[in-house]
Amino acid sequence: MVDERAASFAKRSIKTTMKGAGLRLAVSMVDLTTLEGKDTPEKVRALCRKAVCPHEGGQIEPALPHVAAVCVYPSMVRTAKAAVAGSGVKVASVATAFPSGQYPLDGRLADVRQVVADGADEVDMVINRGAFLAGRYDEVAQEIREVKKACGPAHLKIILETGELETYDHIRRASDLAIEAAAVDGDLADGEVFIKTSTGKVSPAATMPVTLIMLEAIRDHYLATGVRIGMKPAGGIRTAKSALHYLMMVSETLDEHWLSPHLFRFGASSLVNDLVRQALKLSTGTYAAGYDTSVS
Amino acid sequence: MTRTTEQSGKWEYAPAPESAPIEIADRYGLFIGGEFCDPSSGQWRSSISPANEQVLSDVAEAGADDVNKAIAAARDALPGWAGLSGRERGKYLFRIARRIQERARELAILETMDGGKPIKESRDVDIPLVAHHFFYYAGWADKLEYAFCGRTASPVGVCAQIIPWNFPLLMAAWKIAPALACGNTVVLKPAETTPLTALRLADILQEVGLPPGVVNIVPGGPEAGAALAGSDAIDKLAFTGSTEVGKRLAQIAAKRGIPLTLELGGKSPNILFDDAPIDQAVEGIISGIYFNQGHVCCAGSRVLVQEGIAEEVVSKLEWRMKSLRVGDPLDKNTDIGAINSAEQLARIKHFLEVGPQEGAVLHQVAGDSELPDRGFWCRPCFFTGVQPSHVIAREEIFGPVLAVMTFRTPKEAVERANNTKYGLAAGIWTDKGAKIFNIATKLKAGVVWCNTYNKFDPGSPFGGFKESGFGREGGMQGLRAYVRL
Amino acid sequence: MVLKTYKLFINGQFPRTESGRSIKIDGLNGQALAHVCRASRKDLRNAVEAASAAQSGWAGRSAYNRGQILYRMAEMLEARAGEFTDVIASTVDDGCEAAAREVQAAIDRLVSYAGWTDKFSQMLGTHNPVAGPHYNFTVPEAIGVVGVVAPDALPLLGLVSLIAPALCAGNTVVALGSEAHPLATAIVGEVCATSDVPAGVVNLLTGLRSELVEHFAGHREIGAIHAANLPGEQAERLRAGSAENLKRVVVRAIAEPEGWYDESACHSPWWIEPLIDFKTIWHPSGI
Repeated sequence: MVDERAASFAKRSIKTTMKGAGLRLAVSMVDLTTLEGKDTPEKVRALCRKAVCPHEGGQIEPALPHVAAVCVYPSMVRTAKAAVAGSGVKVASVATAFPSGQYPLDGRLADVRQVVADGADEVDMVINRGAFLAGRYDEVAQEIREVKKACGPAHLKIILETGELETYDHIRRASDLAIEAAAVDGDLADGEVFIKTSTGKVSPAATMPVTLIMLEAIRDHYLATGVRIGMKPAGGIRTAKSALHYLMMVSETLDEHWLSPHLFRFGASSLVNDLVRQALKLSTGTYAAGYDTSVS
Repeated sequence: MTRTTEQSGKWEYAPAPESAPIEIADRYGLFIGGEFCDPSSGQWRSSISPANEQVLSDVAEAGADDVNKAIAAARDALPGWAGLSGRERGKYLFRIARRIQERARELAILETMDGGKPIKESRDVDIPLVAHHFFYYAGWADKLEYAFCGRTASPVGVCAQIIPWNFPLLMAAWKIAPALACGNTVVLKPAETTPLTALRLADILQEVGLPPGVVNIVPGGPEAGAALAGSDAIDKLAFTGSTEVGKRLAQIAAKRGIPLTLELGGKSPNILFDDAPIDQAVEGIISGIYFNQGHVCCAGSRVLVQEGIAEEVVSKLEWRMKSLRVGDPLDKNTDIGAINSAEQLARIKHFLEVGPQEGAVLHQVAGDSELPDRGFWCRPCFFTGVQPSHVIAREEIFGPVLAVMTFRTPKEAVERANNTKYGLAAGIWTDKGAKIFNIATKLKAGVVWCNTYNKFDPGSPFGGFKESGFGREGGMQGLRAYVRL
Repeated sequence: MVLKTYKLFINGQFPRTESGRSIKIDGLNGQALAHVCRASRKDLRNAVEAASAAQSGWAGRSAYNRGQILYRMAEMLEARAGEFTDVIASTVDDGCEAAAREVQAAIDRLVSYAGWTDKFSQMLGTHNPVAGPHYNFTVPEAIGVVGVVAPDALPLLGLVSLIAPALCAGNTVVALGSEAHPLATAIVGEVCATSDVPAGVVNLLTGLRSELVEHFAGHREIGAIHAANLPGEQAERLRAGSAENLKRVVVRAIAEPEGWYDESACHSPWWIEPLIDFKTIWHPSGI
């Protein structure tokens, strides 16, 4: 039934004005990401410019919003921070020995403190999948608590790496565990903590059924506590159509509060340009060519 | 803490009507002997769209003479059709399946306009299953010797088939495909509120060159049905519809001693144990009762939930129902369309009054959007506080109305589930495999869905225990009604 | 007239043999008609790799979908029946009428097995009333990669008759077509290439049986052999392959030509049954 329900959102149809609103909303929710060994400061600055201004051509009225954040490796945080200064775009950084997490805890926590000190607004951590799959749930939870503390004021996104957890039961259990662990030191503010599907380095990354399971965990936590946890599917969402399907799933599984970058993000790189292209189609009436959008 | 210039807020679906144009003629005649003809009764009946009460077309109303003419045409065609090799009969059926796939869009739109079901269901469920059903039985036509070991199967003869309005074309396929595969000829009477897709099927039968008279279609009301069922010239009677009418037909068939198959009503239990995957079970409840506005004979209209999880299930059901969209059936985002007729709507409303009078609590959560002014509408709803003796727990409502009841132990669940004159279907929700098989064995129902609901496949037999009828449609078992051994 | 070389059909593509060898095909008048590839052991290896990679996907499709694809093959064969009749009649000395009959029978065979995909398990599977509180049922499952070695005569009908039951059950196929009349094999390749048959599900080789039979017999990834009307020593060599990896080997003896036209014999679940394994599932029943 999970698969069927998830598939039903992909059959929803979004037209006209609501499509335009949906595209703008989706742009505003993107964590524009570059996480490659070959990243350089110049590449990161190109990404940041794209984040601040997804489309320069002026044909789209009103102009598209900036994206929610850029997401970079720890060594790029200062560069990114400077490049987006004053724009409202946040800087997120992966930490905790991303993507494997297979380093001693001290090193992973130092990782977190460093990116926060360098100015990261948001920290994307990975959970210890080895410990989780071996059944050492307390250990996984304890590590999340320590990372949360190390974040200080920075918001935390907890990556479950669902492609490695494999089963829906595991994903639900990891979602509940992550939410409860992060919330242990008193009440969370809405959006202070997100759960996130994937690093983007493992296949499959985000899928609709997996995201649905995680949204259900978020819904149940909200109904029990009144606290709104955020959600970030990451990896594999490349088209505007697919992004709109995710938004419909959020809208029907949770409620309109989550239709906001405060509580929902897309971890993506190529998605922005497809959103721009569809927005161009809506405003100009013609299909855009590949070169009509700028690369980052 | 404003982060971006975008505002959050309600993001609604704009209307997304299915826009492909289809042609509907001003009037449709009877389909007899391979040709469309005017009724000798001189009567025509308007078929309306239940979503806006507009007339779609005037359809011939068969009288007794017309019915007899159709039966005679079927009789004339019988030797030629029965005499064809199974291989050649199969080729006609394969070709019908192909043409249905190719004209699926048109058939789906027509089905939705005529019957009121959401386009997403006619497009994704009804019409694909229609094509699949013809494809499946096409394959049987040359293989009957394997279906009945030790016996030689021969056709029964002229089959009278009377079908309901809830799945108009699908029920036509369920009846026609196995009958033709086995070498029978057919007189089919579609329901008076939903004749249009069956007549469009007649068009396809002409396209594929099906020999005249092999299938005859006589739209009409109860008089046509009575003339068909009561005819001395038919060799077999098959009916899908209410238990009340089914019993009347059983009397008629009894007098003549002809074989009869009946697929009738139900009050199917959907049982949730406390170890069930609850979010999935809630989806199963939703699709179990609100699929096709609840106009489904096997609808999971009684939810039996173990007491320990009852509160959680009800609150999750309410939350989930907030996102159900009721409205224009042609809108691709509509979940629940129009009630099929004014008559059916009145019947449903009667039960909505009876429930609270008996002490049950009505929950009508879904759809705060406004319903259209015209047409027949009922918001999906459910009752809690229902006792096994309540009318709404015992009688088939055939609408988007659910009765939620509780139980304490598996034994009590089985007892309550079986406490009905019906026995069409049942659902079981639990993560324990052993419990599934144990409970499934004890339920008196023809179909048991485990951790799923309302699944249909031509390869899987469907039909009921007790007063839900006899005979099976689908699968190898579905051939039996159409052969003499 | 343009003379051409018919290529192999492996993994949905038409490669030349890696060996660079070909065989000249003469028409009935003794004039050269075409060349076909003379497949090597390595071509067979490549074909088995492709078949093996495609197998779980093919078996994982719904029976309905496999049936529709087999039916699509019949449609494509039907659409070019005249052309195919001419190709067969160009090397088989039985006249156009016999060739047309053969093409028609091949179409009917595909249609019949298109209908078997979602029915043979209803014939061959069972629910078993074991003593004790268990639900016990037996379901057929595809063996995997089936090696087909086609007879010389009835080059189209023979090949199709051996392939179709294997595909029906969810196996993938590596087939060596008629050695005497290999152009028919090329026809089947073109039918597959235009019928939504997924890459690797059907792989077709032309060449010399004397070279390739031992590699069919010996290849450990081939789970079953479906062959007919082979010379005694080749049939024996294939059967001996069973001792290698316990592959299931069926070498049929069919009366030529009428035996191939006997529908009740050839359109049968008993042609599918040697190409499946039975899986019995026990499940407890309790609360």
